[in-house]
Amino acid sequence: MSHYAIFLLRRLAQACVIVVGIVCVNFAVVHLAPGDLAEVMAGQGGGGDAGYVALLRERFGLDQPLWVQFQRYAFNLLRLDLGYSFKDNMPVAALIADKLAATAILMIASLGTAFLLGIGLGTLAAVRQNSLSDVVISLLALIGYATPLFWLGLLLILLFTVKLGWLPSSGMRTIGVPGSGLAGVLDVARHAVMPVLTLTVFYMAVFIRLMRASVLNVASLDFVRTAYAKGMSRRQAYTNHVVGNALLPMITMLGVNAGGILGGSVVVETVFGWPGLGRLTFDAIFARDVNLLLGILFCSSLLVVITNLVTDLVSAWIDPRIEVSA
Amino acid sequence: MSFTRRNVVAGFAAAGLAGVAMPAVVTRAYAATPKKGGLLKMWIAEPVMLTGAFNSTGQIYEISGKLFDGLARYDFDLNPKPQLALSWDVSADGKSITFKLRPGVKWHDGKPFTASDVQFSALKVWKELHPRGRSTYRYLADVEVPDALTAIFKFERPSPYVMNSLASVESQILPRHLYEGTDILTNPANLKPIGTGPFKFKEWQRGQYIIFERNPDYWDAPKPYLDGVVMVIIPDAASRAVALEAGELDVAGAIPVPLADAHRLAALPTLEIPVQGSEALAFQAFMELNLRRPYFQDVRVRRAMYHAIDRNFVRKSIYFDFAKAATGPISYENAKFYTADVPQYEFSIAKANALLDEAGMKRQSDGLRFKITHDPLPAGDHFSRTGDYFKQQMAQLGIAVDIRNQDFPTYYRRVYKDYNFDTTSTGAFGLTDPTVGIQRFYWSKNIVPGVAFSNGSGYNSAEADKALEDAQTEVDPAKRAGLFRDFQKIVMTDLPLFPIADARYITIKSKTVMNIEVDPLGAHGSFAEAYLAR
Repeated sequence: MSHYAIFLLRRLAQACVIVVGIVCVNFAVVHLAPGDLAEVMAGQGGGGDAGYVALLRERFGLDQPLWVQFQRYAFNLLRLDLGYSFKDNMPVAALIADKLAATAILMIASLGTAFLLGIGLGTLAAVRQNSLSDVVISLLALIGYATPLFWLGLLLILLFTVKLGWLPSSGMRTIGVPGSGLAGVLDVARHAVMPVLTLTVFYMAVFIRLMRASVLNVASLDFVRTAYAKGMSRRQAYTNHVVGNALLPMITMLGVNAGGILGGSVVVETVFGWPGLGRLTFDAIFARDVNLLLGILFCSSLLVVITNLVTDLVSAWIDPRIEVSA
Repeated sequence: MSFTRRNVVAGFAAAGLAGVAMPAVVTRAYAATPKKGGLLKMWIAEPVMLTGAFNSTGQIYEISGKLFDGLARYDFDLNPKPQLALSWDVSADGKSITFKLRPGVKWHDGKPFTASDVQFSALKVWKELHPRGRSTYRYLADVEVPDALTAIFKFERPSPYVMNSLASVESQILPRHLYEGTDILTNPANLKPIGTGPFKFKEWQRGQYIIFERNPDYWDAPKPYLDGVVMVIIPDAASRAVALEAGELDVAGAIPVPLADAHRLAALPTLEIPVQGSEALAFQAFMELNLRRPYFQDVRVRRAMYHAIDRNFVRKSIYFDFAKAATGPISYENAKFYTADVPQYEFSIAKANALLDEAGMKRQSDGLRFKITHDPLPAGDHFSRTGDYFKQQMAQLGIAVDIRNQDFPTYYRRVYKDYNFDTTSTGAFGLTDPTVGIQRFYWSKNIVPGVAFSNGSGYNSAEADKALEDAQTEVDPAKRAGLFRDFQKIVMTDLPLFPIADARYITIKSKTVMNIEVDPLGAHGSFAEAYLAR
């Protein structure tokens, strides 16, 4: 068996153990919070009587002892059934699938843009270290990192919706515009501009600072000095040797952030009314919708495990010195 | 005509205690010829389903009346008017109500609406599954259906409040042919309802919008005037304010933005805040006291604390005049039952301190008398701001207040299950009848651990119980109102809860939206008469 196959098998086995652990921990943590869905629903409905709460609890299976509830949950999970959200009156899997595309568009677009811009601007800042452009780029990164997302989002809305009237303030589609075809894509893109921009500013700050530090670090290594000694120009040395090597920590950082994609961004989704998974999770927590919450947590943890694996493989591919068997 | 802040306040003054606010506005709205067509865009908090027959959460209350009709609707004095029922006859002993139904009404799927739908909904849905219906229809023994257009409600005991609870949002009639023999709570029609109302369900994009389209076969032709209603889901209050300002929303009800922001929006040339349209909700903000605490058992302590709360300050600075200072447990908006003739507690710190001294609550060497906690309901900044004000005021009495913030589930547990609280800032709908809306907080038989918005304070008064219970079965309207007047006096003498503000559940709307305030439910109404003047 090849190196890679053994590595993959071992990592998959590890991942299974981790996922089982996560399932148990999730279940325990979620049940630590006071109150349950029946109480919340009765409360939001304006009260009712004791019989009503009992009726709901029985319907939701919350009248059973905790270990019975766990058993049911685990059995369902083995059959790849994430359960039913009694809050939203829909199967959990359908709810997640419903919001998945919106979250994926938002997160992939902003992470991707931030990653590419981060590489470019970070390298530029490093190449022109201590120049004016370095100062400006670093300052922008710092401001981007320190700016609260909700505030930036609201400022964008004030500018682009209220003052200029160019972009819609919230939502993902214009009502009445067909969902498919070029018109649909453009419509979603128009709605996505501000939320993606807001998130990009945040992620980009991290990527710029990381890339700058990484390039500076690599540029001072011996093999770069050797390249200069061989008569390579600065430009050649950077494009052929420095940037590629400086990318490694960026890949790791991208992997870490990609693992969190399913979490969405509660703040950005809230400000822009973007129908993503972040809001769904947030609402599930406050409604104590255990099934829904566990479903989202389960999917998120799966994604984290998978992206970690992929990150390791990609790193090994970029830098053969990293041994996959390790 | 625009409603500036001054006009709104003037409206209150003119309305006085009669509760019939600004008739001029109504005449104006009716006088214009309705314009047909157009989509009305309305903000909504995402609901969990679209039928309100067994779920009374606020946003469903706001939505489902557009899809469903009730047996009756209500005028501004909260008297029932025919809707799906053409007429009703209450027997002399109050134990039987005969409804004659409107002929020719069709469900959105084309099936005829009949008395058998009413029978099924009353017995199998409201009485068994609706959180409030379970008590409203507790004594409903049977519904007889002698013919397709007659439904006779038979009660074990007189239940006069039923006639005040027939609005579509409170007692919603479901189509029997889709619900019978199914699991009602998870019936797919809950997400794609078939009603009889002015609008039909078309599409629900989760997290984005819900579209209702015009019901061309509505019995009340030529209504509805609108081509449809789009419910837009915008979770953030600041974004909602922007959407209203940018004209992306036409209507936003249920106090859509912080009240401080509401004034700014109402001052814009395009927007206004109608003065009418929350009478059927009769929202009141109040404080609950945990009477199990030794220091609250002395009524002088409670009176002292109430004397120290300037309710006019709260009205001005926290509710920005979108409220009146509360004088008793029933909101002034519920004009049929409200009385101002109750013990008054004028604002006086000196009096408050004197009462506490008299009650033997001595100040310690550090000036403190005792320490309490305060839990604001996590639903809008007016509750937490009231809490902050309460803390300041109590400090002047030597009472230290520790404010605890938490989420809903934790709050419910603390206040209504574990009774592990001292004071709260909260609020509730008084609705169209005190037996349905108010009694739950004061009736000693409603001290039920684990039930939210029950009697959490532990108030137990034989006198108040008797007034409430007699009012439950009193058939004569005048006598019944008298019993509620007695109740208000008793409660304001005992002060188990502190009424703070009778707050209007405001709606912000574009000036081009007409005729949504023609109903005491306002933005929670059916919108059959609504139209867009643009």
